[in-house]
Amino acid sequence: MIAYAVKRILTAIPVLFGVVVVVFLLPRVVLGDPCRAVLGPRATEASCEQFAAANGLDDPIWEQFTRFVGDVLTFDLGESIKFSRPVTEVLLDRLPLTIELALSALLLAIVVGVPLGIAAARWHNSPVDIGTMAFANVGVSMPIFWLGLMLSYLFAVVLGDTFLALPPTGRFSPGLTPEPFYEVWGWTVSDSGFWSGLLEFLSKFAVFNAVISAQWAGAWDAIRHLILPTIALATIPMAIIARMTRSSLLDVLGRDYVRTAAAKGARDARVVRRHALRNALLPVVTIIGLQLGLLLGGAVLTETVFVLPGIGTALFDAITTRDYPIVQGFTLVIASTYVVVNLVVDLSYGYLDPRVRLQ
Amino acid sequence: MSGTRPDPTPADDEVRMEVHDPDPAGADAARVAADRAIADQALIDDVPDEAVVEPRPVRQRDPDEPALLDVRGLKTHFHTRSGVVQAVDGVDLSVQRGEVLGVVGESGCGKSVTALSIMGLVPYPGKVEAGTVTFDDQDLTGLSNRQMSRLRGDRLSMIFQQPGSALNPVHRAGRQIEEVYELHRDYDDEEQTRRAADMLRQVGIPDPERRARAYPHELSGGMAQRVMIAMALACQPDLLIADEPTTALDVTIQAQILDLMRDLVAESGTAVVLITHDLGVVAEMADRVAVMYAGQVVEEADVITLFEDPKHPYTRGLIGSMPVLGDRREALETIPGVVPNLVDPPVGCRFADRCHARVEHDLSICTEQDPELLPVVETDGDAHVVRCFLHHDAEGRPRAVEGGSTPADVVTAPAELAPGEGP
Ligand SMILES: Nc1ncnc2c1ncn2[C@@H]1O[C@H](COP(=O)(O)OP(=O)(O)O)[C@@H](O)[C@H]1O
Ligand code: SF4
Ligand SMILES: [Mg+2]
Repeated sequence: MIAYAVKRILTAIPVLFGVVVVVFLLPRVVLGDPCRAVLGPRATEASCEQFAAANGLDDPIWEQFTRFVGDVLTFDLGESIKFSRPVTEVLLDRLPLTIELALSALLLAIVVGVPLGIAAARWHNSPVDIGTMAFANVGVSMPIFWLGLMLSYLFAVVLGDTFLALPPTGRFSPGLTPEPFYEVWGWTVSDSGFWSGLLEFLSKFAVFNAVISAQWAGAWDAIRHLILPTIALATIPMAIIARMTRSSLLDVLGRDYVRTAAAKGARDARVVRRHALRNALLPVVTIIGLQLGLLLGGAVLTETVFVLPGIGTALFDAITTRDYPIVQGFTLVIASTYVVVNLVVDLSYGYLDPRVRLQ
Repeated sequence: MSGTRPDPTPADDEVRMEVHDPDPAGADAARVAADRAIADQALIDDVPDEAVVEPRPVRQRDPDEPALLDVRGLKTHFHTRSGVVQAVDGVDLSVQRGEVLGVVGESGCGKSVTALSIMGLVPYPGKVEAGTVTFDDQDLTGLSNRQMSRLRGDRLSMIFQQPGSALNPVHRAGRQIEEVYELHRDYDDEEQTRRAADMLRQVGIPDPERRARAYPHELSGGMAQRVMIAMALACQPDLLIADEPTTALDVTIQAQILDLMRDLVAESGTAVVLITHDLGVVAEMADRVAVMYAGQVVEEADVITLFEDPKHPYTRGLIGSMPVLGDRREALETIPGVVPNLVDPPVGCRFADRCHARVEHDLSICTEQDPELLPVVETDGDAHVVRCFLHHDAEGRPRAVEGGSTPADVVTAPAELAPGEGP
């Protein structure tokens, strides 16, 4: 297993390198003339020459590339044109919200999708099965934008005066923005440096921050703001996971070894739990990995609908305003996340299926 | 099985018929068989010159002993979109303690479905529609799923055709045997592990402690089937159902597995229902034989009688098309035609459209009335039963007519006989 893990981790390195190459070439191909893309179409020759010199665009391409790789390795992703701040800073500012949203959506999708799929397969052709599949078929074709607006309308307007009311936009209610946990704990933190940066980054995970520092009202408020975006973002992966779990489990339940388990005297519930589920979840794990990629894309839409300051809205703004360092930096992070998630998926595959470890 | 084995002759070796030091009963049976073989020579000249059943101890049935398993009028149907498949349609079988019952028939004739019906494991959309499965004086068809699972793996167990896919790929071999104890015995973990290794040793797996930690994909087909046997016999069941246990294996491995099964069940007194399409396996292993065709038992007798004096035209066809020596090809390819569609089979004998004896004897009743499984004329009791109008008339009275047809006649049905066509 360890040999397999090491091998698998090593194969991720060339992929990450490929990601860096693509991200490096991206603005050079897409933007055409970076100077006019950045400074505007009416920039003068002189200012463009100045811009090229300042950004090293006159150097040979491989030199630019090695510099870029060096920058990436030191987490220097350039400076945002719009915010005039380092891209890394913007990223660290925005990332926690997106991670919170994506993880809670993934969690919801798994926690609801997998049991639904199991129930549908176990009671194949029953009302449970038919209902689940109807939900799944509607769910996968639900546009996030539309679903988000409907949820907002339902919970903020229709149910607005009931205890079920939920906020349609934003991260916090006015006056309820929690203090960073380290300040609540009375830690004195210097203004710069790695550790203070880390603490600040962690404190941006709103729910986590509020809970560990016992700011209960703030925690509850942060959770309430997260509910509708999470549902909107989770619906499609939930439907896909439910469908995949069902078909995979149905397939496995027809296998010879499931019949063997029954022939040994294992009862239905045990047959499903001990013998079918682990085999059936193998393809589901792959699907879950793929969903995380889709979730990052979906987060852009979700954050836009619910006006949340995550990397989705930042990326959306950056594309419309041609803030290419932001586009480059964020693309790099999203693509790397994808590679790492797939790595984790493969490692869990190796854990679940002994046959994989040998290959 | 005890007894020393003389060096087999090359020919013996080739068809892997083992010659055992016959005990007195076996010697008797063998002599009777040999006599019969000669006497029947004129009648059935396609049956191999040497007796098909090599001299070996064949367990004789005690008519007074109650059956361990008694299947009566079992009907299992599959409700599919294209109609009701009557996969098992009135099967009668019985097995006594310690007996090996061979069940033979072409593929698709309902052997596996019969086995799964006994185990209560008929897959969707199948359903046991009628009949009783009496196991140790208890009707299994009336038991709840929970009650059934207490019996399965403990008092009756089953092994399957594809050992590779019958083991769970994500659990270690030893663990899969331990689970049987976990389900049926109060052993602690250590005891389970010890006994699982012990079972692996008994089924001839070298270095069992190490093998117990292997995953199924690390085992060969023969090894995997040994693990299956270890699992099935772990709780010393009263009955083992083996559904084509060697069909998927190499010829040499087949022989080893059959030897192993015979030795183990002889030791533990476990009764066996051995399902196969290979008459050679039956000749070597079974005490009694039930021949199935299209969801029904068409003939049942002790192994020697069945091979020396087969009554049903289908049985005769099967025996006539057995290879005498050499490779064991699909024994049945020389009976023309195929098992009929089991969706709404027509009235009458299911074998009618392939039966030459019917034409030869001009029996119109065959397509007008269903034949019943009844004792043949020479025997009393139900030691030898057959489902055929050659041997019974419309009222079920035994007929003295001995079909003059040889298997050669039987197997060459006239080409113009279309399925379902009356004579
Ligand atoms: N799951 C099923 N659905 C529909 N028909 C089935 C199913 N399983 C078996 N059958 C039918 O039952 C009949 C007997 O099958 P089986 O018992 O497997 O034959 P055998 O074991 O003798 O080769 C066949 O005609 C087959 O088509
Ligand atoms: S009943 Fe008739 S058709 Fe059927 S096997 Fe006997 S002779 Fe042939
Ligand atoms: Mg079969």
